[in-house]
Amino acid sequence: MTTSPVCIEVKNVSFSYNGLPVLTNINFSVKEGEYVGIIGPNGGGKTTLLRIILGLLKPTSGEVLIFGQNVQSFKDRFLIGYVPQRTAEAGLHFPATVEEIVRTGRTARVGLLKRFKKEDLAAVQRAMEIADVTDYKNHLIGHLSGGQRQRVFIARALVGDPKILILDEPTTGVDILSQEKFYTFLRNLNHQMGLTVIVVSHDIGIVIDEVSTVLCLNRTLVCQGPPNEFLKDEYVEKLYSKKVKFLIHKH
Amino acid sequence: MFEIFQFDFMIRAFVAGAVIALIAPMIGIFLVVRRYSLMADTLAHVSLAGVAVGLLTKMNPLVTGIITPVIAAFCIEKLRSARNISGESLLALFLSGSLAIAIVLLSIAKGFNASLFSFLFGSISTVMPNDLYLIVGLGILVLGTILALYKELFAVSFDDELARASGISAQVFNLILTVLAAITVSLAMRIVGVLLIGALMVIPVIAAIQFGRSFRQTLLLSIAFSSLSVFLGLFLSFYLDLASGGTIVVIALIIFLLSLLRQTLKKTFLIKVQNGF
Repeated sequence: MTTSPVCIEVKNVSFSYNGLPVLTNINFSVKEGEYVGIIGPNGGGKTTLLRIILGLLKPTSGEVLIFGQNVQSFKDRFLIGYVPQRTAEAGLHFPATVEEIVRTGRTARVGLLKRFKKEDLAAVQRAMEIADVTDYKNHLIGHLSGGQRQRVFIARALVGDPKILILDEPTTGVDILSQEKFYTFLRNLNHQMGLTVIVVSHDIGIVIDEVSTVLCLNRTLVCQGPPNEFLKDEYVEKLYSKKVKFLIHKH
Repeated sequence: MFEIFQFDFMIRAFVAGAVIALIAPMIGIFLVVRRYSLMADTLAHVSLAGVAVGLLTKMNPLVTGIITPVIAAFCIEKLRSARNISGESLLALFLSGSLAIAIVLLSIAKGFNASLFSFLFGSISTVMPNDLYLIVGLGILVLGTILALYKELFAVSFDDELARASGISAQVFNLILTVLAAITVSLAMRIVGVLLIGALMVIPVIAAIQFGRSFRQTLLLSIAFSSLSVFLGLFLSFYLDLASGGTIVVIALIIFLLSLLRQTLKKTFLIKVQNGF
């Protein structure tokens, strides 16, 4: 792990919204193949940080480098697969099939004025198989259950053959059993396919059980390191300003 | 057989109608799925202000009617991304604002006459040979652009932010879609009329959504519904001496109601089957 090259570098990033600081001086880097969990209280800036890493928001100061290039000018953004919040409720009224939706994740990679080629269509089938949505590829997205819809968004994120997968609160609105399955699935993507995974979650118990690195965010980076490091009381108190007990899931 | 085709003006109306029947739902579907249906109506009202400018300055009202909504399209997209005004309020602002401007300009031009009436409600006899070249030419441009950018427009319409995160410039495609909508609205003005263009862009699409099993199928069905509405509407308005825009939209409305009826019957039937009837 220590020899893996760095794929994401967040350098002195600060972000203010209407003059109010949301993030202050964030510094960290993610190596290829790492599995990172970002945790912290609501309003701590987790989603804002993700949006800055994805290039959707410009930081007030500092910069984010993806494979050594500033994300704002980074051309191959499809190398980052992104699964946004609340996918279980997304696309309910959109009149398109699962396959049509999954294809949108490949659009940027195919390029302007070009059609989907054989290899792109094969990638679409592959992504649907990995996310286990092939059985209902011709169903309208609105006719699926929340858990199924969420997997469609995973397939969509994987179809561009990304190197990095970023997920924002992926298990919101999904029952516990599906949650456990979901994290097993993520672990496999990380271990077997070597995908760099960054997951934002409020479910601290599951996250610290799964990931290789924890980032604790509450407007500043309170701590970063392996999960066992995070369980020290000083960090928990610093992050949540009070004593919190964690329920650790064992597999 | 059909005396309707002995008249040049009717042939022109059918050619222009075919172009509009094809492109109106192709733009409309992208507006409907993004909950932006009011955009077509707004641009139509802006186009009316353009017509008023044309009548006042003695320029071709079709040309001025195309230019103003294209400018408005730029302004709407710019304000939407730069200012703290919601998209919906912006549309309301442009819709009523441009109507007010149109009314003032028309009063100055003393333009409250039969010609204005045909712009408002559509007329089969007003497509001039020069208009036809403009309608067919720009229609092909709109069609070609949608076909060329279909996958990007689809991705941006499904999820703006996901598209941006993957490197598609959503802002550019939003602008292109709005400009295409502006052109379509002005092209349809002669036959369908300013007040009813929005309906032709939206109703066939929401009828098709009741049947469609994919986005592609929904799009093709909405083109079929709008073609049926336009052709039947033109026939009926010729033989029954009705305003073409209203007739076309009433037929689209009937198709929509039938689609709803079918859905209701299907659901009732399914429930009965499930209950063992």
